[in-house]
Amino acid sequence: MAEQQNQQSQKGAVRRFLQSIAVPLGAVALALLIGAIIIELSGASAWEAYVALAKGAFGSAEGWRRTLEKTTPLIFSGLAVAFAFKAGLFNIGAQGQLLFGAITAAWVGFAVHGLPPGLHAALALIAGTIAGGLFGAIPGALKTYTGAHEVITTIMLNYIAMGFTDYLANGPLKDRSPGNIIARTPEILPSAKLPTWGWLPFGFILAVLAAVFAWWVLQRTTLGFEIRTVGQNPHAARYAGMKVARTVILTMVISAAFAGIGGAVETQGVVGRYEPGFNANLGFDGITVALLGKTNPFGVIPAAMLLGAMRAGSNVMQFDAHVAQEITDVVQALMLFFVAADQIVRWLLRIRAEEGEKITLSTGWGSQ
Amino acid sequence: MSEETLALEVRNIVKRFPGVLANDHVNFTLRKGEVHALLGENGAGKTTLMNIIYGLYHPDEGEIYINGQKVTIDSPHDAIRLGIGMVHQHFMLVPVFTVAENLILGAEPTKGWTLDLKAAREAVIRLSEQYGLEVDPDAVVEDLPVGVQQRVEILKALYRDAKVLVLDEPTAVLTPQEVEELFVIMRQLKERGVSIIFITHKLKEVLAIADRITVMRRGRVVGTTTPSEVTEQDLATMMVGREVVLQVDKAPAKPGDVVLSVQDLEVEDERGLIAVDGVSLEVREGEILGVAGVQGNGQTELVEAITGLREIRSGKVVLGGHEAPDRNPRYLIEHGMAHIPEDRQKHGLVLSYPIADNLVLCTYYKPPFAKGLQRNEEAIEENAKRLVKEYDVRTPSIFTPARSLSGGNQQKVIVAREFSRPVKLLVANQPTRGLDVGSIEYIHKRIVEMRDQGAAVLLVSAELDEILSLADRIAVMYRGKIVAVVDADKVTRAQLGLLMAGSPAEDVLDKEAVPA
Repeated sequence: MAEQQNQQSQKGAVRRFLQSIAVPLGAVALALLIGAIIIELSGASAWEAYVALAKGAFGSAEGWRRTLEKTTPLIFSGLAVAFAFKAGLFNIGAQGQLLFGAITAAWVGFAVHGLPPGLHAALALIAGTIAGGLFGAIPGALKTYTGAHEVITTIMLNYIAMGFTDYLANGPLKDRSPGNIIARTPEILPSAKLPTWGWLPFGFILAVLAAVFAWWVLQRTTLGFEIRTVGQNPHAARYAGMKVARTVILTMVISAAFAGIGGAVETQGVVGRYEPGFNANLGFDGITVALLGKTNPFGVIPAAMLLGAMRAGSNVMQFDAHVAQEITDVVQALMLFFVAADQIVRWLLRIRAEEGEKITLSTGWGSQ
Repeated sequence: MSEETLALEVRNIVKRFPGVLANDHVNFTLRKGEVHALLGENGAGKTTLMNIIYGLYHPDEGEIYINGQKVTIDSPHDAIRLGIGMVHQHFMLVPVFTVAENLILGAEPTKGWTLDLKAAREAVIRLSEQYGLEVDPDAVVEDLPVGVQQRVEILKALYRDAKVLVLDEPTAVLTPQEVEELFVIMRQLKERGVSIIFITHKLKEVLAIADRITVMRRGRVVGTTTPSEVTEQDLATMMVGREVVLQVDKAPAKPGDVVLSVQDLEVEDERGLIAVDGVSLEVREGEILGVAGVQGNGQTELVEAITGLREIRSGKVVLGGHEAPDRNPRYLIEHGMAHIPEDRQKHGLVLSYPIADNLVLCTYYKPPFAKGLQRNEEAIEENAKRLVKEYDVRTPSIFTPARSLSGGNQQKVIVAREFSRPVKLLVANQPTRGLDVGSIEYIHKRIVEMRDQGAAVLLVSAELDEILSLADRIAVMYRGKIVAVVDADKVTRAQLGLLMAGSPAEDVLDKEAVPA
């Protein structure tokens, strides 16, 4: 009897899992399909284009390295958005938080001398994480103490972060080496750099560990229970004696810390210094990644890999199939569109909406 | 009895929902000019049947006849056309409109391009006279007492030529006096040929007003009878399917020390208006203080202030001799407060969470449910298994989301959680609202047990029956004030009803005392 029940619940779990990934998979398929139509309309072969894209991303060790390198910051920013979502917060500010992490890591990377390699790299990572996290405390506190909605404040804080980091890279932290005229920091010391072992960047391992950490916090700790309760039903959270204000701020700090360490990893593992253009959109793409991953920390990894692969392979696609790289942006935008407008996918795939599991993009807009 | 034509008849109605047979070959007849009570617990299928009659659901099988003619009802529009009117439990009125404006909403008389409000006013006056319902056509609805708003709803149906009127739990929001007035109106409507289906779960009312009574249980009609043939006990047994204890067995209270003391409390509502206006009260260990009152007289705000969910403007709430330092629910919970909240889905539960998580909602951070930073899943499951068994929560598993449970079982989850801690003060606000007789019986029993174990109980309820059967002392709340505090065995239903309606305590209590 008990065993039967167990089997039943296992079956139920498998079914629920399949149901939960049906919408993202459907969204990806639909986006690729429409992308194919656009490619065909432009006179190229969609099949060839997608084959070249896959080859570029996964066809060689070099391809894999590039894919994982592109995936890494997207996992971090995806985690930032997904984590905040669990508390019912929509963190649009991953971009700004990531920039703070990136420039802080760069500063520690070039300005601190005489540390052994491992320690220096770790210090820079920690500094970037803290900088991102503190920047995330601002919208958390604004929401708690003034009621300002985090969507608005994080969007505005993104501009502040962009302007401020531009100023630093052009002013106090500017690379003053002879001949440099662009806004960028000096290169970080070799002791602060993160290694890449063959096709496997160290940062990718950190990203996967971060996903495990996010899952552990949310599902296994009492703090995660508070975060999820505040997200699911803030009234019940208050009734149960949870400190809702503290939880909101803490959630924003942890969320932003994910973005911050993502920026640090990008600086120390890929770019080697802070240079404004290199980090463009990594934070914003975290929104797509989080939604595509159903705001589940483990779902974020494949979602980020998909986007990372498209970026890594788009060069080869352009070269082999003569399809403009920008088509991958179109496909990515379509994915976001179909995940957000999930009713379209549900209708096409005949999936019933499960209650309580739905991602509500408008959380907080007058509903709280 | 001669075979006169029936105002309404349904034959062999079947309605299935996924996993539930909501109506199982239901037969129901409504004679012209009768009040036919439809009695049943929640989930018995009353509402489903009424929704079928009103065109909101389509039956899977079965037929509907009106005046002997077979009809199909595809929408409320059809139902209205066929002369069926429905008064919902929650009124569908526009608060800022006048009675006349509300009346014509959706069927506006026009003169050329403009609204003919004069015709609307005349219609109100005409209908008022015709059916003996007094209403001022120019009164703004939000200024009217609830009982009068209900009259407007009835007038609305009559304005649309309703010959069959469905009243869905119409007495839930009324004072005892307003219930009496409603019954007078129902009798007048009957005399003028209107047939009424009266949905309720209150046995006393059924016996007072109905011509015939049909009892439903689990989607089926259990039987149809008349008030002269049955007693309250018979009806309860029919509804539940077994013997039910209607009277709560309880020994006299043995009050001890004061546990909760509220002093000159003032609390504001959402709009910043005074909702609790200088309330002082005391609850001692081992007694139940019942707060009676019509809904919306400040009880919600009073309870929220006591339980730390709402700021207080002035005054004091003292628990166990100490004032809570920062009005924080956790402090109160840790000092022995248990709270059954008024709105179980808003405050009491996280609907998406499994039952096991809901059962540790207030204690998740303490051992054994927490081990350092981590949750102790084993202890959480252990706790859930034990409480589900002990409190007889009917659920397929402890991992079932609270959302999937019936209202009664949801409430049992809350009761189980709140009673599983050491309790010094129990605050129960509408603890049995919307529950079936079986669950009510169970929860009442548990509350009295709590008292007998020495807890102080503050019971807030709009159900006078609940207050009368549980409370040792009764405080009546009217417009934010406690207007009287009386011993439960020294007051009558009628006196309480008058107090709830705002009559001065001196008049009410003296008047009854003198002839006695």
